[in-house]
Amino acid sequence: MKRNRMGYFLREGIHSIFSHGFMSFASVFVIVACLLIMGCFVLLTLNVNSVISELESENQMVAFVDERYSESDAQALRGRVQNVPNVESVVFVSQTEAMANFVQQYGDSPLLNELEPSILRHRYVIYLKDIARMAETASAVKDIEGIADVHYHVEIAKGFAAVRSVVTVVSIALVLVLFVISLFIMSNTIRLTTVARREEIAVMRMVGATNSFIRQPFLVEGLILGILGALIAFVLQWGIYSFVVSRISTDGVISFIEPIPFSAVAIPILLIFLVVSVLVGVFGSLSAIKNYLKV
Amino acid sequence: MVQFTDVFKEYENGVKALKGVSFNVRDGEFVFLVGPSGSGKSTIIKLITGEIAPTDGQVIVNDFDLNRMRLSRLPYLRRSLGIIFQDYRLIENKTVYDNVAYAMQVVGASNKEIRRRVAYVLQLVGLDSRTRRYPRELAGGEQQRVAIARALVNNPRMIIADEPTGNLDPAKSLELMMLLEKINEMGTTMLIVTHEKELVNRFAKRVIAIDGGRVISDGMDGYYNYEA
Ligand SMILES: Nc1ncnc2c1ncn2[C@@H]1O[C@H](COP(=O)(O)OP(=O)(O)OP(=O)(O)O)[C@@H](O)[C@H]1O
Ligand SMILES: [Mg+2]
Repeated sequence: MKRNRMGYFLREGIHSIFSHGFMSFASVFVIVACLLIMGCFVLLTLNVNSVISELESENQMVAFVDERYSESDAQALRGRVQNVPNVESVVFVSQTEAMANFVQQYGDSPLLNELEPSILRHRYVIYLKDIARMAETASAVKDIEGIADVHYHVEIAKGFAAVRSVVTVVSIALVLVLFVISLFIMSNTIRLTTVARREEIAVMRMVGATNSFIRQPFLVEGLILGILGALIAFVLQWGIYSFVVSRISTDGVISFIEPIPFSAVAIPILLIFLVVSVLVGVFGSLSAIKNYLKV
Repeated sequence: MVQFTDVFKEYENGVKALKGVSFNVRDGEFVFLVGPSGSGKSTIIKLITGEIAPTDGQVIVNDFDLNRMRLSRLPYLRRSLGIIFQDYRLIENKTVYDNVAYAMQVVGASNKEIRRRVAYVLQLVGLDSRTRRYPRELAGGEQQRVAIARALVNNPRMIIADEPTGNLDPAKSLELMMLLEKINEMGTTMLIVTHEKELVNRFAKRVIAIDGGRVISDGMDGYYNYEA
């Protein structure tokens, strides 16, 4: 493409943005609003997932070793437990350590002091990779010779999995809905600028401009508005998120939550914003101009 | 060059605007197209510019066969035509100069070519002292001359004008028609729709008369022989 033409498209696009100042402002505003809502839900999903992963990683199963096994025999099972699929890590706890934990947890009442460590069994504390497959992993562990019993809480695992998938599905649905809404509004906004410019478009067609030529300035306009919207939304998102994070960490009740720092998600968020707004800008302006290109 | 062969046009609402129209306009001719209101003159113009398609019959314009032409060729047909309307159709927020230059920009001319050619056509239509004005700052006749400059600027083979003097007083109409005649003498084919009997008769050019969607007369005598 000739440089002359590029200059023309840019000039026309920018000129149009300024000469329809209010409409341009309105469409940037709509894009910013939609991106912010999308961004909030994306960040919420990421945080819920991160909190749940945190909680999940603390969710454990306990495998009890057959009481006839000596400590060293029991220790020898480690490799086989570790090799069971879906096992992240295992910690061996001997009878004596188990007793010590028990005492520490329930205080040293005289009653407990008389307890012999031998009434407790050697055990493995097992951390899983994916707690949704807890039951299946538990039975695999139980099948190991020398493992007498496995204790686990499958309900908790199911609960976490359910929360995670609900939040993810709701967020994806919302992001899609907002995408369609912003596309619709962007298209209508640019359509208003095309209505304002319909005489100009008619003149262009009359003197023999090609459709792609007529489209360019509107595409440029959509792109500039989209990118502007993405950048503004990004800065606002940063501010809002940092504010919320600072409130969470000073709030006594929920300060145990450790939110993902913005810096960790800044680049992906910026990319998502840019991609979404560029798509909205391009398809919005294409659909807005469509009606003018028939004859 | 325009060639209509037995052209019919029926609009979507069932109005039969043309009922078998045949005529030729050769390169370099000056032709008036006359007829009462609703007779089908604008329909002929729209067929020539490719705004509408014929229901039946053949339309050939500047070697473009409009029956077979792909829609993507339409811009190139339009570049071979200069089109002028009664209501000028200028862009209000562009100056006289930019209105004319715009027509060259949108077909991808270079800046250098644009500067040279726009200055030339504005001088040709007698507007070289008005280049920085906006359309609303001009008289009707001047606005129409801007439209003529714009129609001319891409050096079309033919100018098509649908009632170009419709909004002008008789003196201005005459002036404008003389300008179009001068342009025709420089080699551009002219097809002009008009209602103005005196004007037509005064110029003694070829006159094609339409009534009820048919050609009722076509002669070189320049006589406008029907009552509107
Ligand atoms: N887009 C359209 N849809 C339906 N009917 C139309 C359309 N345009 C024109 N017509 C009809 O076709 C007939 C011819 O119209 P046309 O505009 O060609 O007349 P004209 O000779 O240009 O008239 P005028 O001198 O008033 O401009 C008229 O009956 C008109 O009502
Ligand atoms: Mg008409």
